[in-house]
Amino acid sequence: MVNIEINGKPVAAREGSMLLEAADEAGITIPRFCYHSKLSIAASCRMCLVEVEKVPKPLPACATPVSEGMKAYTRSPRAIAAQRSVMEFLLINHPLDCPICDQGGECELQEMALGYGNDVSRYAEAKRVVHSPDLGPLIATDMSRCIHCTRCVRFGEEIGGMMELGAPGRGEHMHIATYMEHSVDSELSGNVVDLCPVGALTSKPYRYSARPWELQSHHTVSPHDCVGTNIRLDSRSGRAMRVVARDNEAVNECWIADRDRFSYTALEHEDRLRKPQIKRDGVWQECDWDTALTTAVEGLKQFAADQLGALAAYGATNEEHFLLQRLMRGIGSANIDHRLRQQDFRDQNEQGPYPALGQPIAALEQNDAVLLVGSNIRKEQPLLAQRLRKAVRGGARVMAINPVDYAMAFTLAEKRIALDLVSELLAVAKALLEGSSEAVPQWLTTAIVGVAVEESHRAIAGTLRAGKQASVLLGAGAQGHPAAAELRAVANLIASLSGAHIGILAEGGNAAGAALAGCLPHRGAGCQASDGIGLDWKAMFAAKLPGYLLLGVEPEYDCIDSAAALQAMQEARFVVAINSYASVAMRDYADVLLPAATFAETAGSLVNTEGQWQGFNGAATAPGEARPAWKILRVLGNLFDINGFEQNSAEEVRAELEAACAQLPAAPAAWQPKAMSRLPAGLLRIADVPIYAVDAMVRRAAPLQTTADADLWQIRLNSVTAEKAGFSSVVEARLIQGAGEVVLPLLIDERLPDNAVYLPAGLSATVGLGGGFAAVELTHA
Amino acid sequence: MSEKMIELLSGESRADIDRWIAKYPPEQKQSAVMAALRIAQEQNGGWLTEELIQAVAAYLAMEVMAVYEVASFYSMYELKPVGKHKISVCTNISCMLCGSDQVVEHLQQRLGIKLGETTADNRFTLKEVECLGACVNAPMFELNKNYYENLTPEAIDAILDGLD
Ligand code: SF4
Ligand code: FES
Ligand code: FES
Repeated sequence: MVNIEINGKPVAAREGSMLLEAADEAGITIPRFCYHSKLSIAASCRMCLVEVEKVPKPLPACATPVSEGMKAYTRSPRAIAAQRSVMEFLLINHPLDCPICDQGGECELQEMALGYGNDVSRYAEAKRVVHSPDLGPLIATDMSRCIHCTRCVRFGEEIGGMMELGAPGRGEHMHIATYMEHSVDSELSGNVVDLCPVGALTSKPYRYSARPWELQSHHTVSPHDCVGTNIRLDSRSGRAMRVVARDNEAVNECWIADRDRFSYTALEHEDRLRKPQIKRDGVWQECDWDTALTTAVEGLKQFAADQLGALAAYGATNEEHFLLQRLMRGIGSANIDHRLRQQDFRDQNEQGPYPALGQPIAALEQNDAVLLVGSNIRKEQPLLAQRLRKAVRGGARVMAINPVDYAMAFTLAEKRIALDLVSELLAVAKALLEGSSEAVPQWLTTAIVGVAVEESHRAIAGTLRAGKQASVLLGAGAQGHPAAAELRAVANLIASLSGAHIGILAEGGNAAGAALAGCLPHRGAGCQASDGIGLDWKAMFAAKLPGYLLLGVEPEYDCIDSAAALQAMQEARFVVAINSYASVAMRDYADVLLPAATFAETAGSLVNTEGQWQGFNGAATAPGEARPAWKILRVLGNLFDINGFEQNSAEEVRAELEAACAQLPAAPAAWQPKAMSRLPAGLLRIADVPIYAVDAMVRRAAPLQTTADADLWQIRLNSVTAEKAGFSSVVEARLIQGAGEVVLPLLIDERLPDNAVYLPAGLSATVGLGGGFAAVELTHA
Repeated sequence: MSEKMIELLSGESRADIDRWIAKYPPEQKQSAVMAALRIAQEQNGGWLTEELIQAVAAYLAMEVMAVYEVASFYSMYELKPVGKHKISVCTNISCMLCGSDQVVEHLQQRLGIKLGETTADNRFTLKEVECLGACVNAPMFELNKNYYENLTPEAIDAILDGLD
């Protein structure tokens, strides 16, 4: 600790901290623009000038390290004169357009000008006018308002990992721009809206739609990935107007992904269900809730209990997952599943209580060796990728075994790009066993026979073993793999052989909560053994169940095997959908549509990847007659005359679930694979889920759908594969997978391994196609 | 794509840049950016295209934007084509006090162009720059890498008459 004095008050400051930080901690406010605690120090705005004893000139507090005995004055006549002069200079070129500026009312410059500005400007000359570049669908620019704090530039360089914005030019001509009028494509780009202290960078979808003082702020949690990102949703008269970041150091710090920020734009999408509807003789009719609910119950009652299946969306709240499984089990069916983006359930009984990161989110930064398996982490879990990026900046070595050479926001220390992820992992395991006498299960000893170990496998193994804090993280590509159970088994062994943590980057918004709530065929709430093991989704489809209850899912989009899902839904005799939206296909196969509130309009809770429960209340009013899904399920429970549906609030539901989760069983003994699965020969499709296709809401967020990240309607091959298959100079091709086919432009993409055809899942173009790592055929269109 | 970009730099330019890279620690390649931009500019007849800026960025493993910031900051880099002879007149304080206004005025009249412009025959580009460190003999300009000091209209005429 360093003893200093600020405004005559003794302050104990952290060694190496800056005067401004010491003042902040002591509750003394120093005005600032360019300083930001998460960014490097630029000291470019000079608003933080203070007087320091024995120093002839005022000093910028943000860039002045504290030293023993230092005496600083933030409100002395000299300090104030300096701050006022800086303010006068900042305002010289700043336009007086506050009345039409979106930042008005929450502008740092406006606020400071109130405190430090003059009433009248002495500057009568012409003001600078700066070109405002088009940064794409998310960020609006008014560059004449920029005060050159460079927060946005530093954000891209230091946090986003792409220096998309820069400050070319010098002096009077310096301005913020992209290179050659490029759009800003980072998945974290929206954070510059929060960072920009003035109205130079604002939200394009929110533009001109509300004033900050008309808004009511609600604290809520984003349900689009496993992070549990804290957001603030601002509404006006019950209508969601925008989403901004909410600080939570342990979870998302002060950042949110664009997916979290702009998904609210889907709340008023035309697909939104506003009234209950039933299908009579093939025609949809709006009706009241009573009619819809009794129709649903009667329809479902026509089948034996074990002929009913329930599918839930990953991102449904804990309360919804909990009541859905209680309803199904109450009816007498354990055919319940939410794991629609997985297809290998052989080890389900041996898995832990929920897919967990296995360490606190913040601890990711402390890792010095990380192996990603099947993860496009940057697009799957943007804020976890951000943590890893910090680790890399601190010297960590992050490595990947991936089916696509995904662009990371950091340099990978090692990478293996291959379709056969199992063999790649086995090679790493074998490398770990070289020269080691550690006892391993027999199946592994057998499996590694004949597996070729290359230098890079040894490097991965060595780095993991040498790491003081190492992690093996399984992403959506591993979880969704046809041999996911084997991948998990081998990855677990790699982790224990190398002393690394094992972690799952769970797909969807609330996979952890869904598992804990018992939305699974083999386990009830709190991981208790299910009375009667039900069917997983694959088995349900194979069994051709006639009745389905859907919660928040659009199976043809959300299921990894869209072809099977679509067929199962179309062939089912009675489908009840509790959903906020209805897709075209759903209108065709469903019989009752029950309009549900989205996460933004309901109370509930989510469990994130580190096991943290986060609750929230409704922030906006649901449209029309849409109701919170937990209430819909409660009434269904009453109509089925099942006990346990008397709750009066989401909190009561949560309390029951939390009580059930109080004592979670320890993870059971590891699953032992028998023989390793082999991938089919020939061309195999890689079908990951793109960042803006993860759930029904995100898929309907128009601004996100026009970003570069959503531009995926192509069939991609690498040039070698294209050549071999005779598609080198083809512009369009037909991909045939089972009974499904699609014609799309062909694109050469060298990030892919040989024999791979990349076409993502979750797009309307790929509805009706099967899943990834399956054989496909390409023909000329 | 970055491989292709790098090829825009001639072998000779690359060898030249390598000599500059060698002056810095291996993980500090970007320290050679100013030299690299100069070399790229010379290879291209005195100005930098957008592609050349990208090539330099790829060669030094830098963000394009960061290279562009440097290229747009310093007045010795040209982002538009320039004439055969580039005259950079200093108009900073010492030169201004010693009559740089008159130098500019004379040059503009004689060449028939304004500051920042190039003559129609592509012979001359006239630009205004900040202090070039020759204040002792102000006013001055730099012409094709040579400094000309203590300028008067007559001296300027003599200098320009002597050019091809
Ligand atoms: S655009 Fe905003 S954040 Fe960027 S430099 Fe200007 S004022 Fe700062
Ligand atoms: S906050 Fe210190 S110079 Fe900007
Ligand atoms: S002011 Fe002109 S050379 Fe210094």
